Amino acid sequence: MSTNQIGKPTNRVDGRAKVTGEAKYAAEFHVPDLAHGVVVNSAIAKGKIKKIDTSKAMAVEGVFKVITHENRKDYACYDKDFKDMDAPPGSPFRPLYNGNILFNMQPVALVVAETLELARYAATLVEVAYEEEAHETDFEANRGEAYVPEKYNSTTPPKPWGNPEEALAKADVKVEVEYAHPTEHHNPMEMHATVAVWEENGKLTVYDKIQGVENTLQYITSSFGLPKEKVHVLSPFVGGAFGSGLRPQYQSFLAVLAALELKRPVRVMLTRPQMFSFGHRPRTTQRFALGASKDGKLEALIQDVFAETSTFEDYSEDVVIWPGLLYKCDNMKFSHKLVALDEYTPLDMRAPGGTTGIFALESAVDELAYKLGMDPLVFRLKNYTDKDQNNDLPFSSKELRACYIQGAEKFGWEQRSKEPRSMRNGHQLVGWGVAHGAWEAQQAKASAKAVLTTDGKLTISSATADIGTGTYTVMTQIAAETLGLPLEDVTFKLGDTSLPFAPLEGGSKTVSTVGSAVKKVCEKIGEKLLRLAQQQANSPLKDAELKDVTFTDGRLHLKSDTAKAVSFKEIMQLGQREQLEEEVSSKPSEEQKKFARFAHSVAFVEVKVDEDLGAIQVSRIVTAIAGGRIINPKTAKSQIMGAAVWGIGVALEEESVMDNNYGRFMNHDLEKYHVPVNADVHDIDVIFVEEQDTIVNALGAKGLGEIGIVSIAPAIVNAVFHATGKRIRHLPIKLDKLL
Amino acid sequence: MKPFTYSRANEERAAVKEIAASKGAKFIAGGTNLLDLMKMNVMQPAHLVDITHLGMKAIEENQAGGLRLGALVTNADTAYHPLVEQRYPLLSHAILAGASAQLRNKATDGGNLLQRTRCDYFYDTQTACNKREPGTGCSAIKGYNRNLAILGTSEYCIATYPSDMAVALAALEAKVNVTGPDGDRVIPMGDFHRLPGDTPHIDTNLQENELITSIDLPAKGFADHYAYVKVRDRASYAFALVSVAAGLELDGDTIKEARVALGGVAQKPWRLPEAEAMLQGQQASKENFGKVAAAYLQGAKGYGDNDFKIELAKRAIVRALLLATEMEGKS
Repeated sequence: MSTNQIGKPTNRVDGRAKVTGEAKYAAEFHVPDLAHGVVVNSAIAKGKIKKIDTSKAMAVEGVFKVITHENRKDYACYDKDFKDMDAPPGSPFRPLYNGNILFNMQPVALVVAETLELARYAATLVEVAYEEEAHETDFEANRGEAYVPEKYNSTTPPKPWGNPEEALAKADVKVEVEYAHPTEHHNPMEMHATVAVWEENGKLTVYDKIQGVENTLQYITSSFGLPKEKVHVLSPFVGGAFGSGLRPQYQSFLAVLAALELKRPVRVMLTRPQMFSFGHRPRTTQRFALGASKDGKLEALIQDVFAETSTFEDYSEDVVIWPGLLYKCDNMKFSHKLVALDEYTPLDMRAPGGTTGIFALESAVDELAYKLGMDPLVFRLKNYTDKDQNNDLPFSSKELRACYIQGAEKFGWEQRSKEPRSMRNGHQLVGWGVAHGAWEAQQAKASAKAVLTTDGKLTISSATADIGTGTYTVMTQIAAETLGLPLEDVTFKLGDTSLPFAPLEGGSKTVSTVGSAVKKVCEKIGEKLLRLAQQQANSPLKDAELKDVTFTDGRLHLKSDTAKAVSFKEIMQLGQREQLEEEVSSKPSEEQKKFARFAHSVAFVEVKVDEDLGAIQVSRIVTAIAGGRIINPKTAKSQIMGAAVWGIGVALEEESVMDNNYGRFMNHDLEKYHVPVNADVHDIDVIFVEEQDTIVNALGAKGLGEIGIVSIAPAIVNAVFHATGKRIRHLPIKLDKLL
Repeated sequence: MKPFTYSRANEERAAVKEIAASKGAKFIAGGTNLLDLMKMNVMQPAHLVDITHLGMKAIEENQAGGLRLGALVTNADTAYHPLVEQRYPLLSHAILAGASAQLRNKATDGGNLLQRTRCDYFYDTQTACNKREPGTGCSAIKGYNRNLAILGTSEYCIATYPSDMAVALAALEAKVNVTGPDGDRVIPMGDFHRLPGDTPHIDTNLQENELITSIDLPAKGFADHYAYVKVRDRASYAFALVSVAAGLELDGDTIKEARVALGGVAQKPWRLPEAEAMLQGQQASKENFGKVAAAYLQGAKGYGDNDFKIELAKRAIVRALLLATEMEGKS
């Protein structure tokens, strides 16, 4: 098994389809008689709909129906029927269920018309009268009401160890500070969209923007009480999701509702402002208390988290697991409370909890290092942990030290001038900062199917997703490598509920999860080929075992003698087989439970801050990643660079602004909600350090979707401190904070 | 978007006649702002008169020794025009500091003068806004106002006019040529935009049914000592928190004439000729620039989120004047 596909920088196999427009996203499936649905959203944050008058909208020629809570068809009424695969504890929101308003911009009607333009116009004619109630959207004002949820949908906060209060009191040097991370909304390039195609025979085909078609299937069938065999969900391409597509969003439900009601295909696509009407990264405030001895040993760490959730679901994320993974310390303690507001439930966003938690942790550690007069990198080395102290487990692998060394060398960290505000370039203050981070390297259960035909072509399938990460490409590489085929002879299929089961694409676990299933199913095909070859008279492979043979260029041969070979074609012809087929499931090994499995990263950042005007430029980023075996260095590098760009946004730009008078997020478009543009992005260097890991999965690969973002924002914050001497504890660092 | 009718005008007089004949009609050229506003249901013109087939697309020398910019010349063509680059680099820089290449290719100079505020509330029809719907109130005063005005505001409106181009035009003392049912007239840049007062829904002194035909740049272009400083929340594709167009005429270190216009701080490009005059005959120094900056911001009022703009504007004025001074100009 040696074609060296794994580890080779490989172009996306779907690249051509994407740039030519051949790749179709959910909204692009045009079918005859397609009707267009436009959502009307509420103007208030809390209360009841007194009256909803659709007569003017209905009077517009070409409008088929305005669906509201008053005239909708029946659907399921229990919470359990609306629990999707990613639902946090609580009572999920049900679109158009009744006249109660739970959050601002809640969908209150769907206008369905012959054309998008007509539907959009008619939507402006729907008149809604409300009975308004006082809303609570002010996070700070409601912090006093914070509570410990009955159940965390994230990891339950680790139990304390040692005696943190006492150790803190005794510590030579202390930092006790509070950090705030704002609400951030999802803005993938593709806005959420669904095309629901109703067919005469009662079958329903749903093209959805989702990070796992199984979730839409489960949600739609249970909420509408439809049999699974009647519903087919497809999602071949996703234009970015980052967590926003983990749960089926309301456009999906509304498109199906309208299709069933009108008995015709319906498309519902959200607008950019409507992207601000659902899940988001929750506003999170963290108190950190750190104590160290004079020589820089971390003696105590206490982290208290307050994070926003909705009034109807308890969303939580892994904010408090990071100190125990990243620093050796005998006394640690954590709490994680929720503040329920009249907003939609928060939703995972790239490295949920890690982005927020590591920003604050790494800022606090930087503060402590400066107080100690220590190089922040030296502090991290001194307090390095080889153990996950949360669970008292060793790491399956942790090449974070190599990240420090290679990253620091590339960046030139040695030349760092120690004092803040000590480097400048004209009227720009120059600063350097460092931070490190971790992200889980999980594996879940998944299935995959392989079909090898006599022409030597291999088709692999699994109902996973490619949210722009490169799933199509890396799965093709893994299959090609395992069976010794050229890439062009392998096709990978995904995003279709008729394919074998795969979990949601999230949590940086797809390569590990689906990749393991793909590898396993290809190995099964390999075994079948060998057995078949051995059945033939005078087979040169007669006495060979699987370990003795190699697959190269569509041939099977002895490792010890490449001349003793048979082509796949021959094997199948002689065996009189049209095709070979296998389907397998793979699951994490028991061995994994004995280890903490994480990817690690470090970021070194240089910023230039205009001394008078406060404008910040991130002039240089060097980030080193320990992510196990890298399947495709090209797509991997893109992942990490993209995450670094987002990290710039987290540190300096992104913020959903709540107007508490309205209880409404006000900067709901891309002109007002800033994400980095090209001019904000300068040098980004990505290093993958060598890391062997035989525990994480059969491939030795850790996920890369999230590890790239976690250390960037804190490294920027720390660099801004080094440049200016100002410690900004409230993200994003907009320039007024530096005036 | 509300359904509307559309017609194309082939000649200026016909365009004016047609718009006067139809209530609630608007001219459309590049459409880079109007179409967005229509899609958001913020503006609902019943009829659009397409003026893109009128002439008005040339940049040529005018009688006063300056340049005349046709109202339909695109922002991109203006910024990159050799005569503009040579004689009015301040204008080129200001235009290129705004929008994106794609928008500048489409947006026209006349249209740029008429772009509307970017206030969040103006764009969200579910909120109160006196500019969008007179009499409903201003949500921004007690709401989110980070990017809103600190000068010339009223209790009815604190919106800003967001153009970069116009800030340079104000500093250059350009004149706007218009035509209408009552014939042609000239509006100096300083009088073109209006402060909100109690009629914030009226952005400019262009009368209903009047058409901008061209913009005249005077002979003096401050090409040797100028600066356009734009301070914003990201390096590109963001409206100014504060911008400054500065032009200096120097004799050695002595200032013969100074021009300063501010953007992002009011519903119009902000000029204070009496403060500019303070510099006349003075040394080009940080100290003197600081005095002018203080004079410009006298009476400025913050509304919470935008308080910082007062200090930021002062610093930006000083920076712009220093940059203009330090240029290796001819004098």
